[in-house]
Amino acid sequence: MAEHDITLTVNGNEQELTVESRTLLVHALRDELGYTGPNVGCESSMCGACTVHVDGKAVKSCTMLAVQADGTDVTTVEGLDQDGEFHPIQEAFQEEHGLQCGYCTPGMMMTAVDFLDDHDDPGREEIREALEGNLCRCTGYQNIVNAVETASNKMGGSGAAAGGDD
Amino acid sequence: MSIETEDPSEIDPAEILGSAIERREDPALITGDAEYTDDIQIPRMTHMAVKRSQHAHARIEDVDTSEAEAMDGVVDVFTAEDIDVPGSLPVGWLLETLEQVDHPILAGEKVRYQGDGVAIVVAEDRYTAQDALDAIDVEYERLDAVTDPSDALNGGPEIHDDAADNVAFEWEIGNADETEEAFEEAAHTVDLEVENQLLIPNAMEPRAAVADYNPSDNQIDLAMTTQNPHVHRLLMAGVIDHPENKLSIRAPDVGGGFGSKIHHYADEALTAWAAKQVERPVKWVATRSETYQTDALGRGHETHGQVAMDEDGNITGLKVDTKANLGAYLSTFAPSIPTYLYGTLLSGQYEIPAIHCEVTGAFTNVPPVDAYRGAGRPEASYIVERLVKHAAEHMDMDPAEFRRQNFVPGDAFPYETPVAMVYDSGDYEKTLDRALEMLDYEEFRERQEAAREEGRYLGVGFSAYIEACGIAPSELVGQLGAQAGLWESSLVRFQPSGTVTAYLGTSGHGQGHDTTYSQILASELGLDIEDIDIVEGDTDEIPQGMGTYGSRSAAVGGSALVQSARKVVEKAKKIAAHQLEASEDDIEFEDGEFRVAGAPDRSMHIQDVAGAAYLAHDMPDDVEPGLEASSFYDPENFVFPFGMHAAIVEVDPDTGEIDFETYVAVDDVGNQINPKIVEGQIHGGVAQGVGQALYEGAEYDENGQLLTGSMQDYTVPKAMHVPEMETDSTVTESPHNPLGVKGVGEAGTIAAPQAIVNAVVDALEPFGVENIEMPLKEERVWRAIHENGGDA
Repeated sequence: MAEHDITLTVNGNEQELTVESRTLLVHALRDELGYTGPNVGCESSMCGACTVHVDGKAVKSCTMLAVQADGTDVTTVEGLDQDGEFHPIQEAFQEEHGLQCGYCTPGMMMTAVDFLDDHDDPGREEIREALEGNLCRCTGYQNIVNAVETASNKMGGSGAAAGGDD
Repeated sequence: MSIETEDPSEIDPAEILGSAIERREDPALITGDAEYTDDIQIPRMTHMAVKRSQHAHARIEDVDTSEAEAMDGVVDVFTAEDIDVPGSLPVGWLLETLEQVDHPILAGEKVRYQGDGVAIVVAEDRYTAQDALDAIDVEYERLDAVTDPSDALNGGPEIHDDAADNVAFEWEIGNADETEEAFEEAAHTVDLEVENQLLIPNAMEPRAAVADYNPSDNQIDLAMTTQNPHVHRLLMAGVIDHPENKLSIRAPDVGGGFGSKIHHYADEALTAWAAKQVERPVKWVATRSETYQTDALGRGHETHGQVAMDEDGNITGLKVDTKANLGAYLSTFAPSIPTYLYGTLLSGQYEIPAIHCEVTGAFTNVPPVDAYRGAGRPEASYIVERLVKHAAEHMDMDPAEFRRQNFVPGDAFPYETPVAMVYDSGDYEKTLDRALEMLDYEEFRERQEAAREEGRYLGVGFSAYIEACGIAPSELVGQLGAQAGLWESSLVRFQPSGTVTAYLGTSGHGQGHDTTYSQILASELGLDIEDIDIVEGDTDEIPQGMGTYGSRSAAVGGSALVQSARKVVEKAKKIAAHQLEASEDDIEFEDGEFRVAGAPDRSMHIQDVAGAAYLAHDMPDDVEPGLEASSFYDPENFVFPFGMHAAIVEVDPDTGEIDFETYVAVDDVGNQINPKIVEGQIHGGVAQGVGQALYEGAEYDENGQLLTGSMQDYTVPKAMHVPEMETDSTVTESPHNPLGVKGVGEAGTIAAPQAIVNAVVDALEPFGVENIEMPLKEERVWRAIHENGGDA
């Protein structure tokens, strides 16, 4: 199996590593570099638990080879909080009880952050559609949708307060 | 009505029980700091993979591992021949007629479902382990397979030598003669045949295990995805013939379970056994395909139900005949699910004088079937509520009023059903009335009428569910066949500085126990929540435990916690009395403070008492130093949450598409420790019920090949599949435990499917549709409409 020397900048830290051609980005992050925030739920891009940002865009790291990510900036859930302060999406997930077992949560939040970067004031249906690539078996999604709405407000969106199910 | 969370630091300990505080476990889970089993790395760790049968039923003729063994990076390969321990998975619940069959951790002679393990590879890394599986050559002689319980029972291929006609057991409950009589005397009878399809649990975290063996002291440390580490330890000690006190099992963070992580599977035992063989740490992580092939399935019933009524629509009898699919082997608690957790709930919320239920358990060539969220109770509630809908229609009565008329009246509790349960407390009209109000029911019926005239088909469906949870009184379940007591244990320990650690035998995996148990303890001891630490899921730290399932953690675990906390207060009171130079009888305890009655300035905080107890310089006679207490709490009865769920849907007759207009859930789970967590449990439960009603179902072809073997083919509901839910609750305390709590973990899953199916059938009433089998996929709905010509 051919090996490749690659460079990844993960959460701002430049890391050099050697990977096989077939090594998945998620396994490079988890097993080689110790970023265990992205979780493996299906290895088929269906569940989204492994979602990270590659050059600022949400990507399912189980369906990208590590070698394809050579030279990119990768952000995992570990890189969301800044200087000990939670990112608004993290605050919102806690406030709205947007998680239970937490396994899908890192991927769910990374998808939501990418979505909110491009959408100022999304409606609930729009949020539900945006999360279609991220499965959650615990929450029934309602409080996740609330959390994304709340995060949108915190991030300066003009949307109404969360709890639109009232 | 979304519940707002509160910041725990702003809440007085006296108010904390019942507050919707934010969860304490969240910071680790939202930062990536959580530790799931696959996150664990140990130096020199190897990776295990399991060679699984591609056939559902076949004799094994030869297993050639030589090529795999010769591969670079392969540490060792093992087959059934190498297993030098008992290696047969036990059954934890026996029935009188049960055929116990051998369930080897690696199949040697025969495979009985697609996914049955044949060999294991231990390799230096996970990719090599997978590669080596392909190099193992297994020769099979294929046999006919059967996946449907009725087919299996009616001349299907023999799956086990010991189980003639594939009968695993025959079981009945209730009074056959009285029920027969009720039907003979009935003014009206209705009947319905329904299927409750096989479901794949789909916890987001696949099962996994990491074992580390230390030969110098014969110690195995096993981290694994478990809902009940102590139960797994007890069972596994026998399976791999290892002393129980040299096997430590720890549940790291666990990514959902829904029942699928209760059972003792082969893989985790193989991981522990393999670590002992290779004397290196071994990690096994299921791929999603493996979870689809091997996680214990849920449901799998084919049922004929009949209702007898008098001329006024009062239910006088209920007869149920069920064929239950048990899969290829008996999973850990499998025999109890379609029997004692099913037949005993067939009275629903209704006063039914005579009930009789017969269940035949069938072996088939699908993976073992066991508890999945609700476990038996969804199947019971489904047949009862589908029959009730059908009966109301037959009587031309409003389905809500038909239910009201047949409810167990509010003043009849405790209420003994004809199927061996004594309901603790209930007030069924209250949840019905609230649901009707939230639906704006009368207005809906007018809208429905008007819509039909425009060729639009709206329907409302009700589900008046009951469940038995808080499993369970040990003596009772012992009489019914359980091979375990179902108490729960706790230990509450003050440290000398006044902080507290509580150890519980339950094992949360997303339910927020850290938060709710802290709330209970803060309230009992009058402490700030920050001074409390909760420990679960580790056989090394927690003395004993039975685990988390059956919505038991609050009712049984919470009660065990209260019991220990009260013992601690009792001891602390003796010490405080001594220190305050007062009689124990004069000491009052409130908000953490021991006070001398009538002399409020003479007081001592329980945290200072803890300090004094460990200092032990000045203790009362006959009181030992230290401040801790443990207890085993054995519930005196099940607890019986109930509620009314209702859905309003619109069905497009041209496409069979179903749209939700409203989903209403009114639940009564007794006192609520944290209403936000209760709401979350209802939401999640309903989503799984929506999944069963509309999308999910394990399907196999005639050879027993799984057709829904990936998330592509088996629809786990996505965000846009789940309706917005309107939730509310009433509170009817359980008299059976100190917290007055019932249970909430399974309520939504039990309640939702029949609310939705009833709504769709109601919508399609003009087309003469009486039943559609779940999942209500568009094609099925369309066919049901067009079966009768498609004319409204």
